Amino acid sequence: MTAPRDHRSLAWAVAAALAVAVYVILLLHVESQIEIAILLAAGIAIVGVAARAGLLARLGQMLGERDGLLNALVVAGTLAVTAFFHADAFVLLLIATVIIYVIACLGLNLQFGYCGVLNFAGAAFFGIGCYTAAVMTAHTAVPHLLILIAGGAMAALIGSILILPVLRTYSHYSAVVTIAFGLLFKIFLEVNDALGGPQGLRVKGLNLLGWRFNDNIEIGGLELSFYVNYIVLGLVLLAITFTFVRRVERSWIGLNLDAVRLDETAASCFGLNITRWKITAFTLGNFVIGLAGALFAMMLGFIAPTNFTFGDSLILVSIVLLGGIGNPWGLLVATAILIVVPEKLQAIQEFRFLLFAAMVIVVLLFRPEGLLPRPLRTFIPGRQAK
Amino acid sequence: MSAAADATGATPLLAASALSKLFGGVVALDKLDLQVLPNQILGLIGPNGSGKTTFFNVVTGIYPLTEGRVVFDGADITNLTAQAVYRAGISRTFQRSRLSLALSIFDNIMIGNHKRLNQGLWFNLARRDAFRRQFEESFAEARALVQVFDAPLADRMFEAVGGFPMIDRRRIEICRALISRPKLLLLDEPSAGMTHEETTELMDDILEVKDRFEDLTIVIIEHEMGVIERITERCVVLNFGQKICEGTYQEVARDRLVQEAYLGIE
Repeated sequence: MTAPRDHRSLAWAVAAALAVAVYVILLLHVESQIEIAILLAAGIAIVGVAARAGLLARLGQMLGERDGLLNALVVAGTLAVTAFFHADAFVLLLIATVIIYVIACLGLNLQFGYCGVLNFAGAAFFGIGCYTAAVMTAHTAVPHLLILIAGGAMAALIGSILILPVLRTYSHYSAVVTIAFGLLFKIFLEVNDALGGPQGLRVKGLNLLGWRFNDNIEIGGLELSFYVNYIVLGLVLLAITFTFVRRVERSWIGLNLDAVRLDETAASCFGLNITRWKITAFTLGNFVIGLAGALFAMMLGFIAPTNFTFGDSLILVSIVLLGGIGNPWGLLVATAILIVVPEKLQAIQEFRFLLFAAMVIVVLLFRPEGLLPRPLRTFIPGRQAK
Repeated sequence: MSAAADATGATPLLAASALSKLFGGVVALDKLDLQVLPNQILGLIGPNGSGKTTFFNVVTGIYPLTEGRVVFDGADITNLTAQAVYRAGISRTFQRSRLSLALSIFDNIMIGNHKRLNQGLWFNLARRDAFRRQFEESFAEARALVQVFDAPLADRMFEAVGGFPMIDRRRIEICRALISRPKLLLLDEPSAGMTHEETTELMDDILEVKDRFEDLTIVIIEHEMGVIERITERCVVLNFGQKICEGTYQEVARDRLVQEAYLGIE
């Protein structure tokens, strides 16, 4: 590739990122329902036209070849939007929620997207992370960063018990097992007084080496909402999990998970231990979901069983389906749509489940591989394929 | 019955004795004795439902045996798991191609290379330089193997298998079985779904591979008698789960029982 062409495509990518950032800012800024509806329609139209003109495919290919650029653009874009809304708690909470949900869905993607282990108890594992954070911040002096990890570890540990019945059942039946677990978890929380019962628990805010995350920040007279803390930490954790999930995919392990998902019999005939890889995917996935949960609890400051219903698990699963099964970037797009649109478009708030259901059905009908279908594996990014 | 096994005096690579497999009341294998001599190509023939594929499935650990014993390369592999059979050095292809169509050629072949790749979490996730070295080595090896079959295919290693015609899929499937350097290769009707010309081409490839690999024994299930005549050194004919004849192609073709089984002559 020649240098000028390289620069031009770089300029295109930056321009596209800028356009997306401006669009997101507009969407988050506008209040009137009609204006929001118009913006959403315009967004869909622009994407449609760009797709028809082949611009999206070209952009996707270019960014696919330069992984790091896309990462950098997304982080920079998020920070830019955050800076714009630096004092608007509502919008910042929304952004932080999207980030944390993307982390959780990355975990689900490991289980379901790669290995094909259905998990309809995503919200329960998220909740295990939340409650671990609540109990540990209240009763121990463990450093909070370790509590985040403990949230993940707890989810992974409890998941390793659930994996037993999941392994003994096949496809749909194991999905039913996870649904049962999710329902049991919520009921367990409601009747358990030690964990606050139906009223829930308070969670202390994150405190990192004396830096209290739940205090607003003042820099030279400029007041920033405390949510900025969580957005920055969320982005760091997202970058780490994203890299982790990407590395799993781009290794023999990712290949094993795919082989198990696609054909267990053939995989067994080539020495793959089906049980080992399912446990690996399930445990790693639950760790990531629990980690996201712990951070979420510290940010909200208060959690209750109603945050972890079967409906919430369904949202997580629909994000993975909608985004593009097995494509981490798809999760980002799908989470942004599924979290932000109902919050902004208050008119449909009550019908949000209807909206999710409709979107998932439409996508499965017309684009069964999701909004951003997963590309073929590149083990070594940037390597010339010969 | 021909005494080919005894005549050569070689120890069989695979010795199956009195294999029985029942599916409910259906007898798929009925006290079958079968020996595979090292470095030969053995043809396994017989009418539909005579137990050929079941034989592959019980040897490779997909179905448990009802009765009998299988010895491979001096070790008892009776009722081992599919994983253990593969590690012992037996690889196979499937009658209905079981490639992962959504994955690339390279991915599919690497699934077959499982036992020779480092599967450790730490190696795969943290030691990317070491991983890259193993990747490049494996890639060169897989590419060279595909090249034996079809040179243009070797330039398309990172394309999804679903986009290739049947003959290429068969080639890829055989490469997936061969990449781990098995001692015994089981081919379950590799010509299924291909034209006569394609079959001839694929058989040329198989013979070439057999020449290149020093220590490779092949058992092939096949319906096309032309193929059997051309590539096998010895044939075993099954009917109703029993061995009804054994010998060179010419010998079995003359056999009255075989003619009855195939043509229904009373």
